[in-house]
Amino acid sequence: MAAIEVVDLSMTYGDLRAVDAVSLEVAEGEFVGILGPNGAGKTTLLEMVEGLREPDSGRATVLGMPVWPRNAGLLPRIGVQLQASAFFERLTAREQLHTFAALYAVPVREADDWLERVGLVEKADTRVEDLSGGQAQRLSIACALVHDPELVFLDEPTAALDPQARRNLWDLLSGLNDSGRTVVLTTHYMDEAEVLCDRVAIMDAGAILRFDTPDALIRGLDAPTRILLADGEVLTTRDPAQEIARLADEHRLDGIRVQTGTLEDVFLDLTGREYRA
Amino acid sequence: MRSPRTRGPFLALSLAIVKGFVRDKASVFFALIFPLMFLVLFGGLFGDQTQSKVELVQVGQVALLDEMSDGARGAFDETFDVEESDDLAAALEKVRKGDADVAIEMRGDTIVAHYTQTDQVKAAVTQGALQAFVDGTNVALSGQPPRFSLETERVEDDSLSTIQFVTPGLLGWAVAMSAAFGAAATLQGWRQSKLLRRLQLAPVSTRTVVGARVTVTLLIALVQTAIFIGLGAAAFGLTLTGSWWMSVPLLVVGTLCFMALGLLAGAITTTTEGAVNAANFMVLPMAFLSGSFFPLDAAPQWLQTFSQVLPLRHLNEGMLDVMVRGEGPSAALWPIAVLAGFALVVTLVAARLFRWETT
Ligand SMILES: Nc1ncnc2c1ncn2[C@@H]1O[C@H](COP(=O)(O)OP(=O)(O)OP(=O)(O)O)[C@@H](O)[C@H]1O
Ligand SMILES: [Mg+2]
Repeated sequence: MAAIEVVDLSMTYGDLRAVDAVSLEVAEGEFVGILGPNGAGKTTLLEMVEGLREPDSGRATVLGMPVWPRNAGLLPRIGVQLQASAFFERLTAREQLHTFAALYAVPVREADDWLERVGLVEKADTRVEDLSGGQAQRLSIACALVHDPELVFLDEPTAALDPQARRNLWDLLSGLNDSGRTVVLTTHYMDEAEVLCDRVAIMDAGAILRFDTPDALIRGLDAPTRILLADGEVLTTRDPAQEIARLADEHRLDGIRVQTGTLEDVFLDLTGREYRA
Repeated sequence: MRSPRTRGPFLALSLAIVKGFVRDKASVFFALIFPLMFLVLFGGLFGDQTQSKVELVQVGQVALLDEMSDGARGAFDETFDVEESDDLAAALEKVRKGDADVAIEMRGDTIVAHYTQTDQVKAAVTQGALQAFVDGTNVALSGQPPRFSLETERVEDDSLSTIQFVTPGLLGWAVAMSAAFGAAATLQGWRQSKLLRRLQLAPVSTRTVVGARVTVTLLIALVQTAIFIGLGAAAFGLTLTGSWWMSVPLLVVGTLCFMALGLLAGAITTTTEGAVNAANFMVLPMAFLSGSFFPLDAAPQWLQTFSQVLPLRHLNEGMLDVMVRGEGPSAALWPIAVLAGFALVVTLVAARLFRWETT
């Protein structure tokens, strides 16, 4: 059974087609990333799939159940981190987590484990208003995962995180995925999508342009390899093996860097270099 | 190990709201301290107003005062604060400026009292009291016992002092204000922070969320009531009449009614400040027009009629009836019905205007 099944989902704000007839299927246990410029419609798409917004047309099915109207049977099985952190005012990090745990009937002790998992033990008694941006982000993720959901939606979970926190979150999410959970996230970090995701959807102007494995996307780009030499010279080639062999003969291998196509190249190739509104 | 479903979320939400309230100094101030300041002001200061003495300047020798018997002099000093002076012009100037209420001098056997009409009540009191002392002294000098005597009694219960009138009104206002502000600020705050959205995704019913918020507001109202009645009784001699306990159900429906107004304020505005201002805009003028601060008896008829459409007016009347006027429990029934009707209608309107998000 597919974890997520989306058919012809559309959403219009005024005369802006924020999401334009998107169809998409995510298998159970899959790790999927949605990439796209600002305003591409990622958040709108996710919120419709989560059951937060009523689509103008089309339908979304999650874990075999329609998500709209609000489906109370589905809610304990999915975990959602919204793009903007949503907290109870003036509660400490621990109290926040306990409150969300109680909403899902999760025991307090299990909830406390999450403080450690997102590295907030020292900040347990700090009010949410006094957390740094990245700390608040981590707390928001913990609140989304506290009830151990089968299917997790994360909207830019690593925005505002420092490199340590980002790697730790990668480990956490990979761990969840390895134990069979389905994960869907949006991100602006190509390296993140490349490392974590089984499949990546590239979205622009409300439509999904490509939906494939990172490898296949990069191969499809058919970009030449760039070799950067220590002395600053840059070689562009479609036959890197031969070129490197030649450099070896000339004893010029020290300090060279080889760049093949990246997901970022794919992204820019598909979505262009213009600013988005 | 898992706690039962039904109780957990409700308690957790209530606790979260209580903590959020207690830790918000501004909310606590406006719900508890601010109304108490009014109670202290009205109960403490204005309560003594009728006993403030008349300030009298005695110019030169005034036989009346000098020849008064000790007993009469004692009574005189309870009414008048006497200051002696030799300069008539200066004394008159003092009266004119309001630094003294009356200046008296002797012209032959006549006592001349110079007073100002600025404060008509005080002027009347001064004239009456002086006349009484002059008559009394005349009688005493004649050596005959007086034939008639006068005793005065107020028609109200002896205990009906200022505090009796202001406590029910101020309490109603305090409860109305914190209920409306609480509902408005919570709705807007939670919507702004997307917490409403997040809660929509948690397996809790709207009923549980609303129930928790209502329960906490009712708790706050009961705390306000306890503090008001406690302080009024302990510090200002407030005495409650028979069916004062009916004020509790009155305050409960009053709370619901003003929460509904707060929800309405939250529904029609897009920012937290806007919501609080809108709630303020509804409650503060209503408090004046409903007689929360001053009795409406002296207000023009059209205002008294108009005030009947204000829920706070009915809350005030009900509170006065059962708390200090000694009416039976049934006196609260009509106000309760009116408030419940208001609550229902306003809730329906607010629900229609409700949006999950500000955009
Ligand atoms: N409530 C709304 N009312 C009107 N327009 C909206 C609303 N929400 C989103 N939009 C518009 O819809 C488009 C898609 O927005 P969305 O938030 O889905 O983008 P996104 O891909 O998540 O962008 P980002 O990477 O910046 O988070 C944008 O142009 C945005 O301005
Ligand atoms: Mg977004």
